[in-house]
Amino acid sequence: MFDDEKINEIKRERERWEKTTLPKWIRQCPECKSEFRNHSGMLIKRVYTPEDIKALDYLRDLGFPGEYPFLRGVHATMYRGRLWTMRMFAGYGTAEQTNKRFKYLLKEGETGLSTAFDYPTIMGYDSDHSMAKGEVGICGVAISSLKDMEILFDGIPLDQVTTSMTINGPAPMLLAMYVAVGDRQCVPREKIGGTTQNDNLKEFFAQKLCIFPPKSSVKLTTDIIEYCARHLPRWNPVSISGYHIREAGATALQELAFTIYDGIAYVESTIERGLKVDDFAHRLSFFFASHNDFFEEIAKFRAARRLWAKIMKERFHTKNPRSMWMRMHVQTSGCTLTAPQPLNNITRTTIQALAAVLGGTQSLHTNSFDEALCLPTEEAVRVALRTQQVIAHESGVTNTVDPLAGSYYVEALTNEMEEKAMEYIQKIDDMGGAIAAIEKGFFQKEIADSAYRYQREIDEKKRIIVGLNEYTIEKEECPIKLLRIDPKAEKEQIIRLQKVKRERDNRKVKEALEKLHYATEKDENLMPTVIEAVKVYVTLGEITEVLREVYGEYKELIVI
Amino acid sequence: MQSTRKIRVLIAKPGLDSHDRGAKVVARALRDAGMEVIYTGLRQTPEQIVETALQEDVDVIGLSILSGAHKALFPRIMELLKQKGLTDVMVFAGGIIPEEDIPELKKLDIKEIFGPGTPTETIIQFVLENIPKRT
Amino acid sequence: MTKIEEIAKGVLAGDRRSIARAITIIENNTAEAQKLISLIYPHTGKAHIIGLTGPGGSGKSTLIEKIVREYRRRGKTVGVVAVDPTSPFTGGAFLGDRIRMQELSTDEGVFIRSMATRNYLGGIAKATKDAVKILDAAGKDIVIVETVGAGQSEVEIIKVAQTIVVIHAPGLGDEIQAIKAGLMEIADIFVINKADRENADKAVMDIQSILQLNNKEKTWKTPILKTIALTGEGVPQLIEKLEEHRQFLKKEIEHKKSLLRAEAELIEAIKEKAATSIIEELRKEGKFEELLHQILEKEIDPASAAEKLLRGKFKKAVSNA
Repeated sequence: MFDDEKINEIKRERERWEKTTLPKWIRQCPECKSEFRNHSGMLIKRVYTPEDIKALDYLRDLGFPGEYPFLRGVHATMYRGRLWTMRMFAGYGTAEQTNKRFKYLLKEGETGLSTAFDYPTIMGYDSDHSMAKGEVGICGVAISSLKDMEILFDGIPLDQVTTSMTINGPAPMLLAMYVAVGDRQCVPREKIGGTTQNDNLKEFFAQKLCIFPPKSSVKLTTDIIEYCARHLPRWNPVSISGYHIREAGATALQELAFTIYDGIAYVESTIERGLKVDDFAHRLSFFFASHNDFFEEIAKFRAARRLWAKIMKERFHTKNPRSMWMRMHVQTSGCTLTAPQPLNNITRTTIQALAAVLGGTQSLHTNSFDEALCLPTEEAVRVALRTQQVIAHESGVTNTVDPLAGSYYVEALTNEMEEKAMEYIQKIDDMGGAIAAIEKGFFQKEIADSAYRYQREIDEKKRIIVGLNEYTIEKEECPIKLLRIDPKAEKEQIIRLQKVKRERDNRKVKEALEKLHYATEKDENLMPTVIEAVKVYVTLGEITEVLREVYGEYKELIVI
Repeated sequence: MQSTRKIRVLIAKPGLDSHDRGAKVVARALRDAGMEVIYTGLRQTPEQIVETALQEDVDVIGLSILSGAHKALFPRIMELLKQKGLTDVMVFAGGIIPEEDIPELKKLDIKEIFGPGTPTETIIQFVLENIPKRT
Repeated sequence: MTKIEEIAKGVLAGDRRSIARAITIIENNTAEAQKLISLIYPHTGKAHIIGLTGPGGSGKSTLIEKIVREYRRRGKTVGVVAVDPTSPFTGGAFLGDRIRMQELSTDEGVFIRSMATRNYLGGIAKATKDAVKILDAAGKDIVIVETVGAGQSEVEIIKVAQTIVVIHAPGLGDEIQAIKAGLMEIADIFVINKADRENADKAVMDIQSILQLNNKEKTWKTPILKTIALTGEGVPQLIEKLEEHRQFLKKEIEHKKSLLRAEAELIEAIKEKAATSIIEELRKEGKFEELLHQILEKEIDPASAAEKLLRGKFKKAVSNA
């Protein structure tokens, strides 16, 4: 972008500046660290100049939004045409309670639904299972059967909203229930839109909600990708997630590299299944975290787009430009929120949300300020939503596409992110792929070491967390109101479940389970069988039990 | 004879909560402080936790929970410890536990509750100062 | 009754709390430890002691869980001692082996104990041996000792066992070299786990050629078994083989081995007691500090310094050394 002569002139001038102007400033006001690094380990310079991006070719490396390499955005007009989807993760208690929260959020201006399930549901246990005791509805909504799902979306037309469901192992069951609700509402299947997280690989080293062993888990993920490619064209079968990897302790660079690698693994598994890459790749979506280091995050989002586009083009030879799009949902970071002085979390969330917007996200969830204490109250979640709306309507950042393009710092950091992520990808390739790396404990060790390093930095005050290790107060002046889950919810849920089991046609249930067992043994795509089963009110737990019998249960490899 | 007494700590994850970052960081910190740390892995029932504490003859149990289910699970764990005669084991907890729940938990004999981001040195010192005396 | 006598009584009655306390006492190697062992020793010798070792990634922990379950199915009670290394830098240890067996922790017929190597003076094997004795005396039919098979100290631990099982898995690459370090010679049963993997048969052949050389001299020909720990395939056959080896041991040939083991243990015990009391005595001498400084200044080497100290007090010990 700059000619050699100009670059040399700048270099000379910089060196002069370092010799003449800089030293007196350093004497008067020494820099507070000998080295400035972001948590990914990248060295941050004092000042960035065209020298740092001298090899950049605008047309090759940046291009225009909506065109390869998609660095500047997957859409040509980005937020000028359509704002990102404001999609607030929500769910607690019974389906009725969450239905109410969904409607509240839609009324307050969110533009997409996102469902949080409780732990028993996530692990494939019905609300009346012994492992579910004390956990029903506590950190998400309890869904044990189609009946619960019907109540959850009561009064919400599925052809007018899109819904994201954070579910992994039992994703086939929850998707089947959603489809069944859509069928009930007479919504044509081609119109049903939304996302299932369905990213089982990251469970083994990040979110840890794995039920079945790696190979079977990837098989289930691929089942959904295949089924959607053929029957649910508006559904994003998988949300390849970096959020949990990051929250488990990874750096931004590791989050980027490991997420992209999981994406590669799913593309490979689906191609192995017999599909052509352009048949399904355009519906793969991604999910990242946004943490506090503003520019590191922006660089990460941008690097992610270009990296994925290159991989799809060069590694998988896609022809359809849409197959090269990295469409992402971002959630502001949960682990950076503090319990002391919780109002400070609004500030944190704002910085993180702004980074996501400047990074070009398609969809955004902002955390509520009370989430280091428990699930958000209505007031808190409204403030979180308003944060997005203020950014969208009052800050002016949406008036142009990719406003930070051309910044010497941001472009240099984006390049470095991409380069270093590629090194990781090569390393994992050499190890034999994602599953091999999981079995060797590679991801787990990287994450555990980064997490430990982060905590040491906090312990040693090399990393300041306001209100936690600095600027602390003795006592909170105005303790905030917390959302408490009524223990009655568990009882109500169990009563409903028992009613469902009594009133259904148990002969049909038995048949459906036998059919499912057979299909699982035979390695068929389970979606059609699961949809049939949920429609006769086979429960989530009953289906998971069949899969557990055939696939076995996964026991974690511990690396600290 | 050379006595080689070590402090043995059980770090446990009760219930279905799968957030283990804190538990693992604390386990590692305690190991680096010279203690023997037994880690149960995820998704432990109160019965499994107490039985493990008994078999491993631990001095300390650290319970980590971020799902909000502490109100249901902790009383059960403390009750079982009493039943099995393990009243000389010191128990502390960490995770997402609102301040207003702490008095109730301390009444159960949980010695201290540490919030997210508590310096590991604080936890190490606490353990060293509060290990139960063994006859 | 003293506290130690109470605990010993509890151990012999199979009381879990007493067993746990007893193992702590011998781990901490206090004066009471010896008394405790002396009380329970007459009641040992009934359990079948199995050592299980193998490199990381071999699926050893998963396999042990299946083995324990199979023994339980056959009505046997099982004790498991899982050994992990103590960090030489911090003195701490992370003991995570029982994670794969956690579901068994509430089974009354199973007792699992995690031990760190702790760099004992008498060698780690002593503490492990004593823990095994306690579980044996407590009435466990089977006692399994689990370690990671790398390094010399792990080979020591495994000598605690009557039947030594070495586990390997295909695709672990260079680990086969590590296995050679002593373990191949002492393996009574070799297991190739993850036998559904591609190069399982090749792994079997590789091991076979090495074992064939070793087996020539032995009366018990070390067999190679295949297992898939995840599904439990091959585990019943492994149990059969373990039982077979146990029967083999009961014959005369094992008496010789038992004698050798007892002799080794006695000599070890003498060494430990002698060394501890001698060192204590010598430390009290003024010369000790003086010689330490000389060693630092490179004026004398440690062996010669030791000789000087010993010559003063124990003429005979030095002349026969």
